[in-house]
Amino acid sequence: MERSSASMWRKLNSRYNLVGTECENCKSLYFPSRIVCKNCGRQTKMRNKTFAGTGEIYSFTKIHVPAEAFREDAPYTVAVIKLDEGPMVEGHIVESGKEVKIGTRVRQVFRKMLVEEDEGLIHYHFKFEPV
Amino acid sequence: MAGIIGYGVHVPHYRIKVEEIARIWNEDPESIKKGLHIKEKSVPSHDEDAATIAVEAARRAVKHAGVKATDIGAIYVGSESHPYAVKPTATIVSQAISAGHNLTAADLEFACKAGTAGMQMLMGMSDSGMIKYGMTIGSDTSQGRPGDALEYTASAGGAAFIIGKEKSESVATILDTVSFTSDTPDFWRREGADFPSHGGRFTGEPAYFRHVTTATKMLLEKTGFKPSDFKYAVFHQPNGKFPIAAAKLLGFSQEQIDDGLLTPIIGNTYSGASLLGLAAVLDKASPGDKVLVTSFGSGAGSDSFAIEVNDIINEKRTRSEKVLDIINNGKLYIDYAMYLKNRKGIRK
Ligand SMILES: [Zn+2]
Repeated sequence: MERSSASMWRKLNSRYNLVGTECENCKSLYFPSRIVCKNCGRQTKMRNKTFAGTGEIYSFTKIHVPAEAFREDAPYTVAVIKLDEGPMVEGHIVESGKEVKIGTRVRQVFRKMLVEEDEGLIHYHFKFEPV
Repeated sequence: MAGIIGYGVHVPHYRIKVEEIARIWNEDPESIKKGLHIKEKSVPSHDEDAATIAVEAARRAVKHAGVKATDIGAIYVGSESHPYAVKPTATIVSQAISAGHNLTAADLEFACKAGTAGMQMLMGMSDSGMIKYGMTIGSDTSQGRPGDALEYTASAGGAAFIIGKEKSESVATILDTVSFTSDTPDFWRREGADFPSHGGRFTGEPAYFRHVTTATKMLLEKTGFKPSDFKYAVFHQPNGKFPIAAAKLLGFSQEQIDDGLLTPIIGNTYSGASLLGLAAVLDKASPGDKVLVTSFGSGAGSDSFAIEVNDIINEKRTRSEKVLDIINNGKLYIDYAMYLKNRKGIRK
């Protein structure tokens, strides 16, 4: 079986630390990263931007029928988070005893997202915790 | 002289009470609570492991210390539950705190004392000028065999400490340290085994008590301090009872150990245990206070430290959450079935 080492390695910065991009020309922020700015086209001047990982729940849904890889996690909550810097990010919500509703404040946490079968890799990823 | 530049901890939200475990094995919860001096223990979520706990603690430590993560020149993670047998947890931590790549890193293992062993390594490296700052972490998601006495205590949590040389940046100076080590077969886990084995009653007298009391006495002798010179003392806490007995044997009062005794409310976090206790004490300590810490790792050994709190502790304290707040905020109680599911004891 081919392991996912290369694609995992390329995505570490965005998965671990919410690293996206900022266009220095027009100050637009992107997560996930973009190479070309939507506003600036050929005038794009992208640089990496690390987001603070705080924001609020914009929308959410509870997944009862999960993808095979998440079968033991269901039911779990997935949300669209509006980061304080602006961009919208999709993420899993972890339990913290706080109510999950639109507008709930969240912070990023570091969790296992996926454990490959057959002694494969463990994939770590940001998730969000209601605070 | 090497000191603590900052620290951070993490304890999962989930808890299981002694009553709930005792219910499954038809044991008397009151005698266990009294015998082990423990109420409940923390349980990791299905998506937490020693690496995620280490990362959460490390991120809080960087914030508390107020240092640039790229100035950290060494990261050591002590655990007996590293998620990979081969692939260092320390590499995951370094990436997750954006420490860059110009650093040395390694995983350590010495049962419950690998985190304090890392602290000693970093003291030498920072005092010699080899690194500016170093980070040592003790982090575990320990497991007890179902039905074993350890099942009541084996829990999850971790603490990260950043060590450096500059006294003006140190919340506390490490005045001295000594260790006592022997080949003692009190507790072990063979490669590939799911649960540890232990020598039953043998774990007490020749293992925990011999090493903890000898190392502590050696430290007192070397430094010339008396137990009464310390405002606080933290002893490794495999249960709530052993550290109280060790303190008594050594001439420390209950008052000196109370603030660093967390096992009664979170269980034994193994590599995290003595460092979490130290963090809880530093949350309360005032400049000038002295703290004694003695860890213990089965196998066996103890590291003992004399620490003195510095002025900057009051300023840095405002930057981060308190250990007790992290422990008490958002506790989620689960039953034994959910506990088994979280620990992959039952699978779909
Ligand atoms: Zn642009």
